[in-house]
Amino acid sequence: MKPNTQQLNDLTTQVRRDILRMVHAVNSGHPGGSLGCTEFMVALYQNLMERKEGFDMDGINEDIFFLSNGHISPVFYSVLARSGYFPVSELATFRHINSRLQGHPTTHEGLPGVRIASGSLGQGMSVALGAAQTKKLNGDNHLIYSLHGDGELQEGQNWEAIMYAAAYKVDNIIATIDLNGKQIDGATDDVLPMGSLKAKFEAFGWDVLEIKEGNNLEAIIAGMTEAKAKTGKGKPVCVLLHTEMGNGVDYMMHTHAWHGKAPNDEQLENALAQNAETLGDY
Amino acid sequence: MKKYTNTGNKDTRSGFGAGLTELGKTNENVVALCADLIGSLKMDDFKKNHPERFFQVGIAEANMIGMAAGMTIGGKIPFTGTFANFSTGRVYDQIRQSVAYSDKNVKICASHAGLTLGEDGATHQILEDIGLMKMLPGMTVINTCDYNQTKAATIAIAEHHGPVYLRFGRPSVPNFTPENGEFKIGKGVLLNEGTDVTIVATGHLVWEALVAAEALEAKGISAEVIDIHTIKPLDEEMILKSVGKTGCIVTAEEHNILGGLGESVARTLSLNHPAPQEFVAVQDSFGESGTPAQLMDKYGLNSDAIIAAAEKVIKRK
Repeated sequence: MKPNTQQLNDLTTQVRRDILRMVHAVNSGHPGGSLGCTEFMVALYQNLMERKEGFDMDGINEDIFFLSNGHISPVFYSVLARSGYFPVSELATFRHINSRLQGHPTTHEGLPGVRIASGSLGQGMSVALGAAQTKKLNGDNHLIYSLHGDGELQEGQNWEAIMYAAAYKVDNIIATIDLNGKQIDGATDDVLPMGSLKAKFEAFGWDVLEIKEGNNLEAIIAGMTEAKAKTGKGKPVCVLLHTEMGNGVDYMMHTHAWHGKAPNDEQLENALAQNAETLGDY
Repeated sequence: MKKYTNTGNKDTRSGFGAGLTELGKTNENVVALCADLIGSLKMDDFKKNHPERFFQVGIAEANMIGMAAGMTIGGKIPFTGTFANFSTGRVYDQIRQSVAYSDKNVKICASHAGLTLGEDGATHQILEDIGLMKMLPGMTVINTCDYNQTKAATIAIAEHHGPVYLRFGRPSVPNFTPENGEFKIGKGVLLNEGTDVTIVATGHLVWEALVAAEALEAKGISAEVIDIHTIKPLDEEMILKSVGKTGCIVTAEEHNILGGLGESVARTLSLNHPAPQEFVAVQDSFGESGTPAQLMDKYGLNSDAIIAAAEKVIKRK
């Protein structure tokens, strides 16, 4: 049974609270991009992906997700925990010594739900392609999902992968770009303008779909469902997900300031007041 | 002195190609990726026999390494093929994060390592790759000495779970190890027993060590010769046992003196059994164009250099 709209909304709010409390507790981490992708990650794990019970690294006969922009680990960990991969209470260990919840995701500590280390940017697209090719070799019709930052596309390896995917018709992948227009040093248009990503992906031979309301659960589910329908037709599929960094916390929105900065006590209180507890804090 | 017969010069990269061909028949999970160097890496046969398991990625090594890491998810055993320079330095962060730190079962197979790449010159002659790879936690580092050993190693690493760096070369060199011999990862091969000096060599320098040992014998010096094909994990037991007997050691490798086999051996000795050591290696420089033989002579990587090092180290006992 897929969760209903109310359940998805409740989970989204609770994930926001998790993110804020996790980064506040260790005064480090990346709330901005995490908050911007909260609806997407909730929709992906709770509505879109076909997942098996439990976790096995090989992910045979289920959809697989790769987080390429590993710095938004808070949203990844919260959604994984609240999707049953590990105890929600473990979120309290985020970025602590001896924790499975490293600053950036890793397989090294054996955290269920994580299949590759990420954080050094630009590598996830290649990994996703490899996993997609293996699915084809195995006769497994499930999909590979991946998420990438827009600024991350400045890394050249992505374009090697983008070129390969179209050339070899890797059509069992949906690569989503978190199009928030911001990176550490400012707007992507100021740091290194990338022009039209839609035109670039299309020029490389991808099927491109835009989700204009990337923080709206219904729009995400509708858009991603359309993206799923485009798979298996000889082209890799790219989703340009228009998001707002820091979504759900008014003072974190419309700025890049909260890319990698944690709120202080007062700011946390303010942010949590905007996101009332729904499913219980960890 | 135990006699070794060169059954005919052959390139180690062809040994890799033959091993991969064999794996194609015996292990359906083996897949191969290549960055536009199929002929150089001798991957033609595998490609021809198993087109569905062969992935030409173009001149895009970073993507190749990332894809290989991803392909392990679902049970495949990817073998990547390109020159040693493009297998390591060019893609170090990809290997570090997506392969080594992620503990992925990727076999990074690297040809044209070291000076014996020859005329192409220093841009392609990587002499730092063993150091780069051995510093990565969990990475197994292998440098084979001839065709037969490279073939055996290629087959053996498919059975070993975890990331492996397999280093071999371009030129035809003596083929003297047993055909279809057993390859034990992490175990040295005692080629000749001796009492006066231990010579530990890897890769193309192993044959040179045997030539040197024969010349030393004629001078009345008894040299123990060990082929260390696996630099990490190092067969410390065999090395310490030998040095315990001979009291001194020469290490020989086609690599920079910094970061190579010699340093691994020196660390082992300093922790367990300090003894005089001489290094036959490139003295912290880049290479240059030339024939392999000219380069190995100019940079002091041949039997003459090993003989001189042995005589010197014995005096230091």
